[in-house]
Amino acid sequence: MKTYSNRLAMSMLSQKIIVFFCLVCLSGTVLQAQEKQIDSLGLLPVYLDEVLLIGHVKELKYQTGQKPLATLDEYLEGAQKVNMIKRGAYAWEPSLNNMTSERLVVTIDGMQIFGACTDKMDPVTSYVDVSNLKEAQIQSSQQGAVLGNTIGGGINLTLHKNKFENNGLTATVENAYESNNNLRVIGADVGFEGERFYANGDIMYRKADNYYAGGGEEVEFSQYEKYNVSLNTGYKVEEGKRLLATLIYDEAKDVGYPALPMDVSLARGIISSISWEQDTFLGVLTNWETKGYYNYIKHVMDDTQRPDVAIHMDMPGWSETVGFYSQANYTNSNHFVTIKADGYYNRSYAEMTMYPNNPNEENMFMLTWPDVRTLNTGLYLEDLISLNNKQSLLLSTRFGVHRNTVADDFGFNSLKIFYPEIERTNNRLLKSFSAQYKKDIHAFTVSVGGGYGERAPSVSEGYGFYLFNSYDGFDYVGDPDLKTEASVEANTAVSFKKKNIELKLEANYFYLPNYIIGVVDSEFAPMTIGAQGVKIYTNLDHAQLFNTSIQTEWQPINRLVVKATASWHRGTDSEDENLPLISPLAYKTSVSYSKSGYSGTVLVNGNAAQENFNPTYGEMQTDAYTVVSATFGKRFFVAGNNLYAKAGVENIFDVNYTTFTDWNSIPRMGRNMFVTLSYSIN
Amino acid sequence: MKTLKYISLLLITVLTFSSCSSNGDDETTKVEENPMEDFFLLKELNYEGHSVELYSENKTQFEIGYTPIYIRIKDKVTENYVENANITWKPMMHMEAMQHSAPSSKVMATDDPSIYKGYIVFQMPGNTTEYWDITFNYTLNGEAISKTERIDVVSPSDGFKRVNTFMGNDDTRYVLAYVDPVAPEVTLNDMTAVLHKMETMMEFPVVENYTIEIDPRMPGMGNHTSPNNEDLTYSTQTSMYNGKLSLSMTGYWKINMKLLNQDGEVLKGEDVTEDNPESSLYFEIEF
Repeated sequence: MKTYSNRLAMSMLSQKIIVFFCLVCLSGTVLQAQEKQIDSLGLLPVYLDEVLLIGHVKELKYQTGQKPLATLDEYLEGAQKVNMIKRGAYAWEPSLNNMTSERLVVTIDGMQIFGACTDKMDPVTSYVDVSNLKEAQIQSSQQGAVLGNTIGGGINLTLHKNKFENNGLTATVENAYESNNNLRVIGADVGFEGERFYANGDIMYRKADNYYAGGGEEVEFSQYEKYNVSLNTGYKVEEGKRLLATLIYDEAKDVGYPALPMDVSLARGIISSISWEQDTFLGVLTNWETKGYYNYIKHVMDDTQRPDVAIHMDMPGWSETVGFYSQANYTNSNHFVTIKADGYYNRSYAEMTMYPNNPNEENMFMLTWPDVRTLNTGLYLEDLISLNNKQSLLLSTRFGVHRNTVADDFGFNSLKIFYPEIERTNNRLLKSFSAQYKKDIHAFTVSVGGGYGERAPSVSEGYGFYLFNSYDGFDYVGDPDLKTEASVEANTAVSFKKKNIELKLEANYFYLPNYIIGVVDSEFAPMTIGAQGVKIYTNLDHAQLFNTSIQTEWQPINRLVVKATASWHRGTDSEDENLPLISPLAYKTSVSYSKSGYSGTVLVNGNAAQENFNPTYGEMQTDAYTVVSATFGKRFFVAGNNLYAKAGVENIFDVNYTTFTDWNSIPRMGRNMFVTLSYSIN
Repeated sequence: MKTLKYISLLLITVLTFSSCSSNGDDETTKVEENPMEDFFLLKELNYEGHSVELYSENKTQFEIGYTPIYIRIKDKVTENYVENANITWKPMMHMEAMQHSAPSSKVMATDDPSIYKGYIVFQMPGNTTEYWDITFNYTLNGEAISKTERIDVVSPSDGFKRVNTFMGNDDTRYVLAYVDPVAPEVTLNDMTAVLHKMETMMEFPVVENYTIEIDPRMPGMGNHTSPNNEDLTYSTQTSMYNGKLSLSMTGYWKINMKLLNQDGEVLKGEDVTEDNPESSLYFEIEF
């Protein structure tokens, strides 16, 4: 049994080579038609829902509010539309429009990447660090379809890249400490920039002990250790033509998950890409970019540190993806067209070995992901039409072909237990359409839009085999015959901007036919010791989601910024029962002041009590809470170079609280003091 | 040189043709093959003028439980294996105070008329003072022959229970033995068992039209049970009981059972519950 992984690794390697060649051939043919290169996403800021600057310390120095060496998770949590589901202090799972991984498309610089954990302990955002990134582009609903098939939207984490400028060598050393969990962060970055060539390498290391909840209660198994190394290079072949390559190696070890019965001994990600960029192509097209990529994820769960495990288990998982995309723009007087062709091939494999307490018995073995191969190819078209100065219309569509194949015989036979008629391969056609209209009326901007999108079931939803969910205590089993889930969405926003005040009201509504969720099947008995029963992933007739928010920004005096946002959400299924993990009324306010190298922010955020929760999914009502944090930053010059210091206190009043996003209601971190120092040499 | 050329040409032709023909059709290429090559010879009984060979498909010795046995009779004079031998057999356990037989099937010719097959369910192993023998009756060249040979029957090395001998609630003694799957897999396996009753010490007829309910469990995994099992029902075609055994992972499984008669009355076995982790009627497998 143990040889499975090796055999697969071998076969995957050959597959890799084949796919890579296909990719090369394909890009060769597709690309006979394209050209000019600007940051294509930068051209459409009006329709990007939210852009979160992450960046390099160099660009972040003057930002207020945020900890410079915060984790990516903390950055994303700061986004207006994103919530982070927490199973511990590490590897939070982003949720957008109250929808998580399966319903979102999360890409790294446009690259598809999928976690290797059957229990969602490794969202793709956990395989990069802030040192790799430039920004997070958050696109709601079908506007995320540029990245792939989606229901809730897309999050694209763009990688930091240097410039072709004669800056020579630069270096930065960063260092941070946080008191609550004894977190130590060390980072270094060395770069070279020239007219024709750049290279940049960075390393980031984080190590944290257990954290303490408000009131001083230690949250056991919340430690983690992670390091991340990345390298990116660029070569300017000639003016307007560039060859870029990136490589990221990310490894987390000894990661505790206090909300789960298991921890992680290893989560390793290798992310690589090569891209060709051309400013113009064939005289008609601009911003032609073609990228080929490969990523490899290995994830090993570990319960050896836990006392009182009913039975010791090994649960390793692998996920490998090769893919490509090629995109370009076409512009004329009032059209800005984006054309994109993309494809990826993913292999997801996870196994479970259980060691019986009786040493005379054989090990128990099962495949929890039966080596599912996913081939997805798509074509995306978008046209931004400016009707006149004040009005614009954005139309977009995506067609994708999605094919799942169960490659492993052992896993295929296992699934026959539930589905005797199961077929090896399943094909779906995935469609997406959207339209967004925007009009400026004096100080107001009004936008209305709508969209339709579809998604294939995830590997777990389609092929998962006894996946234990510690939240509701059920073993989940996939269904390969699930119908394609769809989304019909409508949204509207009104914003008002005048002098020193900005106000925005937003709302969106999703009607989700064939909504996929686990439904109890009392006919089946659970596998996991202590589990409540078995849930089969099932298409509900539909589900509905409603999100609304108000955002304000006010600058009463120069350098003083007051921000306040509040949001309300509702999610129900076809029986009018509450959907799980839906935010209650949430609010966030901040006051920031900055002057001559000093900056300071006071942040207050909180939730109302969770009125709409669902115990069927393991939810318990969470109480209202309010948390206050403050940061203070100062820039110094040391020996002609920048030294930037930032310090702050989070959860000043050491409130003990838990939110709807906290898996199994684990308490959040209590009072935490942090200090960050970064020193850059130019 | 020329002859060599022709011979090699001929060879190539033969090879080409033989490799083209499908395995089943071309009997001539099979002539020299020993059809029992992949079987284990359990015992060879040597007599004057002929010998009797006993084979097992997957075992090297006689074990308790359901034991399919392949038989060939070799005519030492003609060097041929005998067809139409009309074999019957009778296993016998010689205990210190008594003797009894065992459930057994008829011996029938297989697709190959010189190979015969039948099964015996040995209920217990032999030891120094108690032993099994089998009496074979057959005809050879028109002559009726009867031979009795002692055999060694042992418990399986894994010690697992694959045969149950028990008294039912109807005061009848039954023998229930595990047949298939011989090589269990993590899937919905076809399961087979044989059920005989002990009418007398010598007669063990097949019991028809009962039901054997199954509930496979993993004691090492909190007594986890698997889904979509199908109870075993009688097949008149094979005179055996067939159902579906679902095994959700590898490891040690206890297949708990209940035996029901035609009227649905439980003759043996109990439901597995929180308080009762196992039935008194069960098989054990591990893979």
